[in-house]
Parts: sequence; structure tokens; C-alpha cells
Amino acid sequence: MSVLVYIENRDGQFKKNQLELMSYAKKISEATNQELVTLSIGNVKEEEWARLSAHGATRVLNGENLPNQIDNEVFAQALFAAIELVQPKYLILSDNNTGKALAPRVSVKYRAGIVSGILGLPISYEPFVGKKRAYSGKAFAHVKVNSDLKVLTLSPNSFEIKESSGNVQLEAFEPALPTPKTKVVQADKQMGKLLLSEADIVVSGGRGMKSADNWGPLEELAEVMGAATACSRPVSDEGWRPHHEHVGQTGKIIGPTLYIALGISGAIQHLAGVSSSKVIVAINKDPEAPIFTAADYGIVGDVQKLIPQLIDAYKELKQ
Amino acid sequence: MKILVCISNVPDTTTRIKLSGDKKSVETNGVQWIINPWDELALTRAMELSEQNAGSIQAISVVSVGDASVEPTLRKALAVGANEAIRVNLVPADSYSVAVQLAEVVKQENPDLVLLGIESSDFNSSGVGAMLAELLGFASVSSVSSLELSSSGLTIKREVEGGTEQLECPLPAILSVQKGIALEPRIPAMRGIMMARSKPLKVVEPVAVEPLSEWIELELPEAKSACKMIPEDNAKELIRLLHEEAKVI
Ligand SMILES: Cc1cc2nc3c(=O)[nH]c(=O)nc-3n(C[C@H](O)[C@H](O)[C@H](O)COP(=O)(O)OP(=O)(O)OC[C@H]3O[C@@H](n4cnc5c(N)ncnc54)[C@H](O)[C@@H]3O)c2cc1C
Repeated sequence: MSVLVYIENRDGQFKKNQLELMSYAKKISEATNQELVTLSIGNVKEEEWARLSAHGATRVLNGENLPNQIDNEVFAQALFAAIELVQPKYLILSDNNTGKALAPRVSVKYRAGIVSGILGLPISYEPFVGKKRAYSGKAFAHVKVNSDLKVLTLSPNSFEIKESSGNVQLEAFEPALPTPKTKVVQADKQMGKLLLSEADIVVSGGRGMKSADNWGPLEELAEVMGAATACSRPVSDEGWRPHHEHVGQTGKIIGPTLYIALGISGAIQHLAGVSSSKVIVAINKDPEAPIFTAADYGIVGDVQKLIPQLIDAYKELKQ
Repeated sequence: MKILVCISNVPDTTTRIKLSGDKKSVETNGVQWIINPWDELALTRAMELSEQNAGSIQAISVVSVGDASVEPTLRKALAVGANEAIRVNLVPADSYSVAVQLAEVVKQENPDLVLLGIESSDFNSSGVGAMLAELLGFASVSSVSSLELSSSGLTIKREVEGGTEQLECPLPAILSVQKGIALEPRIPAMRGIMMARSKPLKVVEPVAVEPLSEWIELELPEAKSACKMIPEDNAKELIRLLHEEAKVI
């Protein structure tokens, strides 16, 4: 009996949301009194293990020779091998592209119920009930899982990172894997940039930014604040910004600590995707814009004028 | 080549969600039902591919798991251009119960390509596509943002954590598609709506399936307290409040 968590590395490093996942898995293993086992796939930089250790990792199945990016089906086989090895009661993944692709496969293979995008700790363990977003953030559902193995994909920013002492023991993990059906012919990385799903602070622009050329100051604000950039749907539809920045009902659903909406009207489809942010700031020149009904702090004003002022004010604060 | 597009019937995106008395479901009175936005993009892309590759796509079918109330949505998909529709007569309990029914339909219909939206805007579980792939053992790719036919099967772009990948994928295949796969969803034209009336809509009975999870309760987000307004000339005050009061920076 164990809790198995898959900790994903990006270019050999564990990003913040993976430390959140590690802390979460640690907590579940303590609450249910089970061994915590961590699965890692691909090559990880040596110093990263200490960081994982400091967030509760002990026994690590280290698939260092397995390719980092693999076909979903093959990846699932690696996960199945780990499950056979440690017989978990809980399998914990991130609610990101990887977790979304893998959790359902485990579900089918082991007839295991999933709480996808679980928000923090469960409401109860016996029976197991977790809370997740429903209707694209307009409601929450309490999902009960009856199966012996429970699969949880953790919604980013829904659990606080906690340091705890661990003592990482690396254990070679080299399952035999089938050849993939699909073949990656080209991979483009978004190097160095903070991912939307990983960010604590998100600076987002809407049609009120007026044109693609006006994004420089917004990006600068994001950079000084250590924030990721996002946008409303028409902005990505226009091609002002890439699709992966689109947040809302039909884009990404996010829940950062701070969401700053610049020139966004706050349509219901947009709000659905950002309403679980802890604090929302809105800057809009229209005092009647619906974004102000969802915001905690607001300024009625021109974004072009205000963004540089925010940059200065923030720099001043941090001095 | 045959394409099967899986359709989820969901409340219109402008719907304000209200809960039913027992808090187990949402109030459906007055709700407009639509094709799940990503499924609509999948269908649009299927139509585009069939137009761009004349003769290589023989049929586009749509399928939905649901009771008779999903039929108008299936008719809409027919009006957009699908050739036939299938409804599996079951009110789904979870992603797994949907995937099991769809797997049966795939076995019966033998499509070369199965398209699904990345998630359904009601349950937001992103489960059905990958479950179906695991049930059937087809090649599968998730988070697909671009799709072309190629000599050996499909050329695909997908989003991964922190980047994109271009892949070659053989047929048969199951793809979960997201934004970017098509730009604007197609809306039915008058002619399409007329033609849809006489297109086949087949109802099949479900196979037995035991759901793996259940929704026992729904809740609505807490109402927000009033927005604190800050004068336009005082960006500094906003930053101070975020630091000292909200403690988020
Ligand atoms: C099926 C469907 C799904 C959708 N899904 C999404 C989704 O996922 N995400 C999403 O974002 N939208 C979505 N939409 C679109 C949504 O309905 C709105 O159209 C969209 O969110 C509006 O984007 P916006 O706020 O950037 O633009 P607008 O509504 O045009 O608002 C621009 C705002 O900027 C303000 N402004 C203008 N100039 C300035 C200035 N100089 N300084 C300050 N403020 C200024 C204006 O007052 C206005 O409030 C969806 C729509 C449909 C039909």
C-alpha cells in the first residue's frame, strides 16, 4: 500500500508546481498512513533531488534512462509498471497536459475512479470525496470515488507548498517499454518563460490593449513581477498573442494568487476561467465593465498610461 | 477514410449556473444547449479536411451519449455538415461510462479517425479521449492544436508542458483537440438545416457499465465582496494594497 506521485521535470529541473504536488502527495500519504513513492522520468539534474527531498520525497523510482517526452501510450506503460511495483492506493499527477493524458489510461486499466483537477485536500477520505471545478469554473462538484485505487490530478495553486524533511533514496526504474505508434518529428520549447499553469501572478491583456504592438509594457510588467502573461480570447483569435495564453471557458482555466486584467471587459466566458484566482485586479476605462464585479481591486483608467506607472510603483516597493 | 466526431451536449457558454433543489444537478429550465465548443471545432476541422482532400474522406459521423434531449444538438451537427448521427441512449454518470459506450460505437462503425474535444465544458474532466484510446489501443494524441492528413496518416501539432511538438501519427487514431485546430466554428446555413432533417440519426442501446465515480453534490462559488476602487492617478496605492492588505506581492 502506497501513495504514488509522478513528479515531472522540465529540462532536468522541478518547477514550483511540482514541489506543490510533492507537498500534496506527502500530506496524503501522512493522512492515510501509507508509504510515499515518487516516480521521475527522464534525466534530472543532481542538485534537484535535494529540493525534492526538502518537500517530503523519500523513495524515488528514478527512470533516468527513459525519454523525457514520450508517446502517451508508452508513457502509460511506464506508469503501469510503477503501479504494479508499488501497488498504490492513490496515484497523484498534475492536472496539466501530461496528467490529463495519463490519468484516464490508468483509470481504464485498473478500473480506478479519477478526481480530475482536484482542488486541495479531499473533503473526506472514507468515503473518498474530492472537490473540483465544474461548468468551467462556474460551479464546484464534490466527486466520490469508490474504487480501491484513486487517481487524483491536482489543480495547480490549490495546495500550499510545504517544506518537510525527506531523505531521497533513488531506485533505478527501467521498465521494458513498447515502441511508440506516434513519432515526434519536431519539438519547440518555450525556453525559460514562466508557464501560465505554473505562475503565482498572471498579467493578462484584453482587446483594450488595442494592438499587438502594445504588449511590450505588459510583458515588462509581467517580467518585473515574476508573472506569466495571458490574454482574452479575441486577443488570441486576432493573433496578437499565441493561443496558449488564452484564458477562459474555452482556453485555460487558471487559479493564480493574483490575476491582473488589463483592458478586459470581463465577459462571463472570460470570468469562468479566472474566477478562482485569489485576488483579481482590474484596470478598465469603462466603470461599468463587468470585470469590476469579479475584481477585488480596480482602477478606472487607461491601460497605456497605467502599466508604466504600475511598473514604477512595483519597482519602488521592491527596493 | 471515415471520421467519427464525439459530441457532448452542454449549456451555452453564457449560461449562469443555478443549482437544482437537491444540489446534485443544475437547473436546466431556460438553458440553451449547444455542441461543446471544442467538439464544434473538431467537427469544423473534419469538414475542412474533407473539403481540402477531395475524395479521401467518405463520411463524417457524429456520436453523442445521452437521452433524447441531446438530439437537437446532434441535428445541429448534421446541419453543420456531418453525414450521420448516432445517439447512445444513456445518461452518462462519469467519463468512464461515456468512454465505454463510445468504444462500442467505434467497434461497430470502424472509423479511421476519432476526434474529441479536449474536455466537456460541463464536467471539465478531460477524461474521455484518453480512456477511449486505452480501451481500443489505437494511436492517440492529446492537446492537438493542428491536424493535417499525410501520406502515412496524420501530421499533428500538440501542446506539451512548456512547448509544442509536431508528430506523425498512423491510423486508426484518436485525437483530443483543443483551440487552434480550427479558427472559427462553423454555424449551420439554412440549406444545411433543411438537409439535416432527412439525414439519419440512429439510436443505439448502451452496454452495461459500472461508473467509477459520482457527483454527490454541487456548490456555487462564494459571492465576491465589493471591488475596492482606487483613483486613476494612484498606481502606487494599488501596489501598496496588494502588498500590505492582500499580501499577494
Ligand atoms: C462559445 C464562446 C466561448 C468563449 N470563450 C472565451 C474564453 O475562453 N475566454 C475569453 O476571454 N473570452 C471568451 N469568449 C468571448 C467573450 O464573450 C468576450 O467576447 C471576450 O472575453 C471579450 O474580450 P475582451 O475583454 O478582451 O474584449 P472586449 O469585450 O472588447 O473588452 C475590451 C475592454 O477593454 C476596455 N478598454 C478599451 N480601451 C481601454 C484602455 N485604453 N484602457 C483601459 N481599458 C480599455 C473596454 O472598456 C472593454 O471593457 C467566448 C465567447 C463565446 C461565444
